[in-house]
Amino acid sequence: MLKILKLASRNLARYWRRTLLTAGLIILGVVAVLLFIAVSGSFKGLIVGQITDSMLGHLQVHRKGYVASIDNLPLNLNMKPGAVEKVEQALEGMGDVVAWSPRLKFGAMFSNFTETTSIRLNGVIPERETAAMPMLPGRLVQGSIAQGLVERGKLLIPEILAKGMKVNIGDTVVLVTTNLDGSVNGKTFTVQGVLGDVTGPGGRDGYLHLDDARELLRMTEPEVSEIAVHLKDLGKLAAARTQLTQALSGIRNSQDQPALEVHGWDQLSPFANIARMIDLLDIFIRVMLVGIVLIAVMNVMMMAVYERIREIGMIAAIGTPPCRILGLFLTEGLLLGLVGTAIGTLLSLVIIYALTLWPVHFTFGRQQELVLVPAIAAFEVLLVGAIVLLVAVAASLQPAWKAARMDPITALRHV
Amino acid sequence: MGNIVQGQSLEKTYRAGDMDVPAVRGVDFMIGAGSFVAFTGPSGSGKSTLLNMIGGLDKPSAGTLTVLDTDIASLDRRAAAEFRGANLGFIFQDFNLIPVLSAYENIEYPLLMVQDWQETKRRARVTELLAAVGMADQADKRPDQLSGGQKQRVAVARALATNAKLVLADEPTANLDHDTAYRIIALMRKMRDEFGTTFIFSTHDPKIVGEAEVVFALEDGRLVNSEGKHA
Repeated sequence: MLKILKLASRNLARYWRRTLLTAGLIILGVVAVLLFIAVSGSFKGLIVGQITDSMLGHLQVHRKGYVASIDNLPLNLNMKPGAVEKVEQALEGMGDVVAWSPRLKFGAMFSNFTETTSIRLNGVIPERETAAMPMLPGRLVQGSIAQGLVERGKLLIPEILAKGMKVNIGDTVVLVTTNLDGSVNGKTFTVQGVLGDVTGPGGRDGYLHLDDARELLRMTEPEVSEIAVHLKDLGKLAAARTQLTQALSGIRNSQDQPALEVHGWDQLSPFANIARMIDLLDIFIRVMLVGIVLIAVMNVMMMAVYERIREIGMIAAIGTPPCRILGLFLTEGLLLGLVGTAIGTLLSLVIIYALTLWPVHFTFGRQQELVLVPAIAAFEVLLVGAIVLLVAVAASLQPAWKAARMDPITALRHV
Repeated sequence: MGNIVQGQSLEKTYRAGDMDVPAVRGVDFMIGAGSFVAFTGPSGSGKSTLLNMIGGLDKPSAGTLTVLDTDIASLDRRAAAEFRGANLGFIFQDFNLIPVLSAYENIEYPLLMVQDWQETKRRARVTELLAAVGMADQADKRPDQLSGGQKQRVAVARALATNAKLVLADEPTANLDHDTAYRIIALMRKMRDEFGTTFIFSTHDPKIVGEAEVVFALEDGRLVNSEGKHA
């Protein structure tokens, strides 16, 4: 086998310019694919991480119909305490769940005594919210959360609102809201902190303590609008969604239909469509790589067979078995793919490493100074390598088959 | 001494468009083991066709052809390749050495790719043959670094590498000058003497023909004369 490899490598070196050109194409393809996977994967991971770990969570549980009318933040579609208790029991039994946070969402008027605007608010239990949204504290751009994410009587407000209303830390503001029975209630709060804006639903929401929210809404019983769930692994989203949906299917409404709904982040955020586009582009660029390797290797191997017809005639005449001739040309194609893959992978890893040393800064939506640190899983590198090698061998198959089936006399007479 | 090749009423007809072109017409011959045989005749007389049929590269249209007690025409493509690899050696007019391999590696090639010889056995055999053809000091040179005569010496060694019982050489001296041609024929004869291998070669050079022990003269596909010690 070593001798065949040696012979194949010498045959490739025989037409070194052509070999170099073909290997160069494969290298270019491998670098393009690996860099795209690393950059797009990291971009997707960064944005999805921000969405799930600072706003939405991986899963959310709502009362049926709540998400369909979420723009209105309806108070009449909140989950009752009995349902909340059953959801929490179900979540406790799920091994993939790290934490969950009950929230009371509502809209209010926000006043600094000179100006008034609208705001979307989340009433949360600070320690539960921090556990379920580990990146939320990181969004704080002003103020302190040393005493808890949000203290009683205090507010976390979005940066765009703080700037627009010229509100500073420690300022007193008024929240006015309409409760379920239609009456209006107001309460003063102190601004505890300002949160940086994040692209996506909830990215410009304010936060207050759940008990303050219930007081403001004059709730008679502890209802919640949603329960945001954080999973151990985003990859288990689909399985966890199915498991939780099944666990909650026993909670029925008056029409004997499931009273609760479970949504993944991808059903709640428009970024999921961008993520799907990235996945499609990922497939597209892999197909391009397959095309490049297929055409480049097939071209070079067809040329190799054509130029070595007399040589093939000689080796067939002296009794070389057709399977050996086939193997020789397949080895040449494989080697070509191997060289291209090895150099391409090495080059890609060097570039990816360089990008981790000098990361790329970019803006996405309202988010400034996002830092992109590309990374690629070993599995992806191996998969791309395997694809290139398989395609290189497949591309050599037809020329190799032609060489193996060549009639020795015709080949020896070839001029 | 028994016969190594026997042809009876051997015919070969090629199809060229709508026409049948006879290349060999009813040839009978016998070649004994260990002989040094030449097929001679002008261009188009059927020498190469006969050699190709003996080598299992082509099949007769009619008649019988037995090589090493095998009806070679009955072998399919794979069996014919196996038969050639096990029993025959070939020397070509254009040398047909593999350009990316050294003289040593060219001789080693059939031991590696046709028969699976072990490394130590291979080395011993190739070294023996390199010495036998006087190319021991050129072992590492590639074909483009060798003269025509040296290339053909390497080709002779390659043909003998697998201990072939029969070596077929189609116009082995056609691309060589007269002196070198004589030396190659002399080398082939020496190899026959040393290894006991039967050599059959084709040539249209009357001076080279004189070196053969048995000569079959062909004309228009027919055997017109045969001379020498027949089996």
